[in-house]
Amino acid sequence: MTHSQNAELERQAAESSVAGPDNRLRITLMVNGDRREVEIEPRVSLLDALRERLHLTGTKKGCDQGACGACTVLVNGERILSCLALAIQYTGQEITTVEGLALDGSLSPLQQAFITHDGFQCGYCTSGQLCSAVGMMREFDDGVPSAVTADVASGTIDFSDTEIKERMSGNLCRCGAYVGICDAIREAHSEVHSEVHHAGESR
Amino acid sequence: MSIMQTLVQTAARFKPDADPDPLIASKKYVGRALDRVDGRLKVTGGARFTAEYAPDDMVYAAPVFSTIAKGKVRRLDTAAAESSPGVIAVITPKNMPRLVTPSLTDFAKLDKIAASNLPVLQDDSVHWNGQVIAVVIAETHEQAQEAAARVRADYDADEGMVSFERNKDKAIMPKDVLGEPPEIKIGDAEKNLKSAPVQVDATYRSPYYNHSAIEPHATIAYWEGDDRLYVFDSTQWVEGYRNSLAHVFALNRENIRVMAPFVGGGFGGKAGFWWNTILCAAAAKMVGRPVKLALSREGVFRIVGGRTVAEQRVALGATREGKLTALIHTGLTVTPDHARYAEQCTFPTRHLYATEALHVAQYVVNLDMVANTWMRAPGESIGTFAVESALDELAVELRMDPIELRRKVEPARDPTKDTEFSSRNLIEAYERGAAEFNWSSRNLQPRSRRDGAWLVGHGVATAYYPALRFPGGARVRLEADGTAIVQAAANEMGMGVATGQLQHAADRLGLPLHCVEFDYGDSHLPTSPMAGGSCQTLSILAATRATVEKLHRELLKLEQKDSASPLKGAKYEDLVARDNGLFLASEPSRGVSYVEILRKAGKPYLEVEGVSSAPMEMMKYSMASYGAQFCEVRVNETTGEVRVARWLGSFDCGTVLNPKTAMSQLRGGIVMGIGMALTEEMLVDGRSGRIMNRSLAGYHVPVNLDVPRIDVLFNDIPDPQTALGAHGIGEIGITGVAAAIANAVYNATGKRVRDLPITLDKLL
Ligand code: FES
Ligand code: FES
Repeated sequence: MTHSQNAELERQAAESSVAGPDNRLRITLMVNGDRREVEIEPRVSLLDALRERLHLTGTKKGCDQGACGACTVLVNGERILSCLALAIQYTGQEITTVEGLALDGSLSPLQQAFITHDGFQCGYCTSGQLCSAVGMMREFDDGVPSAVTADVASGTIDFSDTEIKERMSGNLCRCGAYVGICDAIREAHSEVHSEVHHAGESR
Repeated sequence: MSIMQTLVQTAARFKPDADPDPLIASKKYVGRALDRVDGRLKVTGGARFTAEYAPDDMVYAAPVFSTIAKGKVRRLDTAAAESSPGVIAVITPKNMPRLVTPSLTDFAKLDKIAASNLPVLQDDSVHWNGQVIAVVIAETHEQAQEAAARVRADYDADEGMVSFERNKDKAIMPKDVLGEPPEIKIGDAEKNLKSAPVQVDATYRSPYYNHSAIEPHATIAYWEGDDRLYVFDSTQWVEGYRNSLAHVFALNRENIRVMAPFVGGGFGGKAGFWWNTILCAAAAKMVGRPVKLALSREGVFRIVGGRTVAEQRVALGATREGKLTALIHTGLTVTPDHARYAEQCTFPTRHLYATEALHVAQYVVNLDMVANTWMRAPGESIGTFAVESALDELAVELRMDPIELRRKVEPARDPTKDTEFSSRNLIEAYERGAAEFNWSSRNLQPRSRRDGAWLVGHGVATAYYPALRFPGGARVRLEADGTAIVQAAANEMGMGVATGQLQHAADRLGLPLHCVEFDYGDSHLPTSPMAGGSCQTLSILAATRATVEKLHRELLKLEQKDSASPLKGAKYEDLVARDNGLFLASEPSRGVSYVEILRKAGKPYLEVEGVSSAPMEMMKYSMASYGAQFCEVRVNETTGEVRVARWLGSFDCGTVLNPKTAMSQLRGGIVMGIGMALTEEMLVDGRSGRIMNRSLAGYHVPVNLDVPRIDVLFNDIPDPQTALGAHGIGEIGITGVAAAIANAVYNATGKRVRDLPITLDKLL
């Protein structure tokens, strides 16, 4: 296609565009238990709504195209890539970002384990790793198999390093903190589980 | 070399050594595996990175990139962009503020640091595919992006030179390689090679690589009046950026402040001064409001260069006993004329092995490409791939264990610099590693071990990176309550700078860790070198050491005004700092606390600023870190897929400040080396010069499942020539990795791959 053909198509697109200040919508997002109102264009991603409008900058932008996992947040407990989500689709849903992982100022076991095992260096991928790990552990506990699960039919999956690594491979860490990330997740998972187990016993 | 340089070097060689740092023997926090001091901020989302500052009234910039490699923009149609909703301005060469052309890094001065010396959006010429030809400023990020897509350009395109393969014959020898000679000859290596009983002569290739830090480059700039500029930037060197901005905008350095409290990975890609920072500051000036320019991932690939493609020849001549009679290493790399950076791929060979004759030489071919730049262990990472692969090939020819061969070629002195080593324990690193890795169980015979469909092999290679230090400054402020703040411009990109420096400062001052603060990431603080070349840690250690000495001398002076002082008559040399004060080394009970000294002197605080000396030790000695990389790989016989199953890095890198953060840094280097060896490759269209895989979906950095358990050993032998006996360790982890993998792949399959990355097609 020539440049001028391109320009013509662009011109037509510009004319039919509905984007503009008047096109903004007022929506309410439930983030970390708080109701947050924002006025945005329909095309704004959940990631940009969080970072640029609500100034919840804990959630990171690494690629804006679904390839790195830095923008991972939890929606109703499930991990999603917020750069591939439009904010307006998520009104009324429970959104949890890294800022919502600690409870009353005390770190979750997973966050603490990331510090203990040095599961990061620069920290830029960390928010996504944490949210992804939370969602991943839940998927695992729900019995969802992965590409490396050997026997899908058996019903029990071993929480092995290979399972952790496979399930966390959508979250890139260029600092290469994978060993620490894996150690942290294994420890946090076993901690939570021994607690659950404990609670069960005392009942 | 100039007469002046020769004089300085001669003087350095006769300069007597200073005593080793006494703190090596009495360290308390140094050497402990403490958690990162900023860990909590990083796991709660509280660590704020550049793009996350939000000055009032901020607007957004989006660049428009050229789609040809060479030529002129004939017509730029900005009308549609200008009338697009929310647009404030479209910057083109027509209305761009007139700027001074940036200067390339000058290694003699190391103050300005541009990666390219092209004028920035000053005319209609295009020099690489992806160059910025316009910038749109709009009220929101979305509006800026949309409008940028509406800018149309027509070009008068020239042919341009973009293909490495087609232009190799135009190679030239650069004037210098990072200030070192491009060529060194000792004896007649080619002659020795021909007559050697055992010979290896091979060519090793590596592709273009990209840093791909997960935080894309970002800048926020705003002006106060016409001559005060504030910049948040994801830079590895706040001060170099400040100096470069001052140069380009013709301002006093004091009028510019560059801040970078947290940087989301750099790996060399955020050290050179790139266009995005300049464009953002120019845009802020034009629109009179704060501007944010956060590059898209594609934008990073287009305007921030990576590591050059390389073709290296290594030829070895050896006796049957494994003594080298000839060592030849020549390298051809790419650099555009506007970057003039010949990646120092022959540097490791200049310092690693004993040989009768040596020839190293570097050549470059100037292509019309984005400026190439430093990427983690620039030179040494690709250089060790070539030379450490060749050494393995020699071991195979000799039917000798490759570690035994390393013993045979271990030199007594630096082969090209002709100096002693300040501290070199490479063989010890090999031996410790071999024991831990169980190297002795490896099969010498290739393709002799299998596990089902998988062929299993083991490889080793040497890791090497120089120990660099630059002069720098620090400020130490001691408060009346006995707490202290240490300040240096310094950058944190994940190395754990604040943690390591705090451990050092607490020991140096004899204070508990919680009584010390470390302040960094701001060009207003005392001068620090770039966080690159593994030099920052060592340089700040030396600066802090010098500054604390100055503080202690001043405290002693104050104290000795009191005639009843327990330190009456004492000299600085008699003192040790411990337990929150100064004590006589010879009489441990005689001393006085900092609080007491300041109280008696009636001072609310004492603040001193100091600088470290010129790094004369680097001239007198050959100073470097070393290591031995061990790995096990599994190669699928049917598919050719290579998996790394086990890794051990055994390092000789001086005193380790903090084994926890150090381990992470070394592992991180090894992970990047695994990518370099197996998955990463920036693909350039040989016709248009366009980078084809400019996304993280197309450029494959290692993911979690690609990385096995990585064990790390430290010799932990202090270097007597450095503060604390420490070395920087940011780069060494990646060196030797690709060779260790290629060597293990050979051991597994009997196939020698000399062409990175080792993708499955090369093994079928
Ligand atoms: S920013 Fe969403 S996946 Fe990279
Ligand atoms: S910690 Fe830097 S990218 Fe993961």
